[in-house]
Amino acid sequence: MEYILIFITAIFVNNVVLSQFLGICPFLGVSKKVETATGMGAAVAFVLTIATIVTYLIQKFVLDAFGLAYLQTIAFILVIAALVQMVEIILKKVSPALYQALGVFLPLITTNCCILGVAILVIQKNFDLLTGVVYAFSTAIGFALALVLFAGIREQLSLVNIPKGMQGMAIALVTAGLLAMAFMGFSGVDKGLGVLFGIE
Amino acid sequence: MNNFKILMNGIVKENPTFVLLLGMCPTLGTTSSAINGMGMGLATLFVLICSNVVISSIKKLIPDMVRIPAFIVVIASFVTLLQMIMQAYVPALYATLGLFIPLIVVNCILLGRAEAFAAKNGPLPSFFDGLGMGLGFTIALTVLGGVREFLGTGKLFNIAIMPEQYGMLIFVLAPGAFIALGYLIAIVNKLKKA
Repeated sequence: MEYILIFITAIFVNNVVLSQFLGICPFLGVSKKVETATGMGAAVAFVLTIATIVTYLIQKFVLDAFGLAYLQTIAFILVIAALVQMVEIILKKVSPALYQALGVFLPLITTNCCILGVAILVIQKNFDLLTGVVYAFSTAIGFALALVLFAGIREQLSLVNIPKGMQGMAIALVTAGLLAMAFMGFSGVDKGLGVLFGIE
Repeated sequence: MNNFKILMNGIVKENPTFVLLLGMCPTLGTTSSAINGMGMGLATLFVLICSNVVISSIKKLIPDMVRIPAFIVVIASFVTLLQMIMQAYVPALYATLGLFIPLIVVNCILLGRAEAFAAKNGPLPSFFDGLGMGLGFTIALTVLGGVREFLGTGKLFNIAIMPEQYGMLIFVLAPGAFIALGYLIAIVNKLKKA
């Protein structure tokens, strides 16, 4: 039950893009078409889950064990960068079809702040490994959902007349604001579910 | 290009937030008030100047193949340093900005300037480039924070200007960040053409 609560909270209530402001760059950058948005969402879900497991193990067995917690930022970013490269190489060999679908998005993911952000959040919130993985995966689903919804709206937007000054990023940001407002409607759902499931 | 021109280039012509649209996550995430926006801007300014100067000084020692990871390590070291300094001297601001301080590492402005400017120029011009870009970022974040704080609570830098009941809370919350930045960019676009 606890995991279902984490799942729903991470997707709707505390959506990673629309209420936590992580991963805005790909959210604005690769959201012109639904197809590319889906690809990016899938790639993020894949890398985020693996990166969270690896960074969690490194934090527990290397950084904490040797009292090196202050090296967290440096260690995590290097691990994530290396991991993305490795995932790319392995995918190319093992599953060319998947590589074809996700390949172009993988290099972009290193600088996606939601990967490093979630890795740090999992440590800060003191999750155990399984909870951390559920949290990371649900966050990634939330990211993919926001991205695909936003891409759908932007596809429609490209067909309408927009005042000159508002064209491009300005109208996209206002649209994202309205989407964030829609997601605010979910606030409080997590508390209700918590009561329903008998947690807290 | 003289140093003054480099400085103004970062503040006005290639303003990282309003013109290049880089580093959007901290721009939206930390600007719930003018003070927070300014704090985040100054934190980024510090890392940007240090990393620019160091990278331009050691650029000849780094083999071309591994330059990106090397740049990231330099940036991450300064971010760690900044985390420790802020934790010691401004713990309240550090707590408010929270996650966004370690996330300076993945801010595209830093790696972008390292790659586009510091890797090609000497330490002194790189210092001014870092200062200009950092100030441009700080000014943009302070303006956005000020607009959101004023519309949201009727205050500016924590000083009440309007009676409290005129505040539109939505501008302090998440959607307000997107909407306020959208309109600010529209205004900048308009000014650029004029």
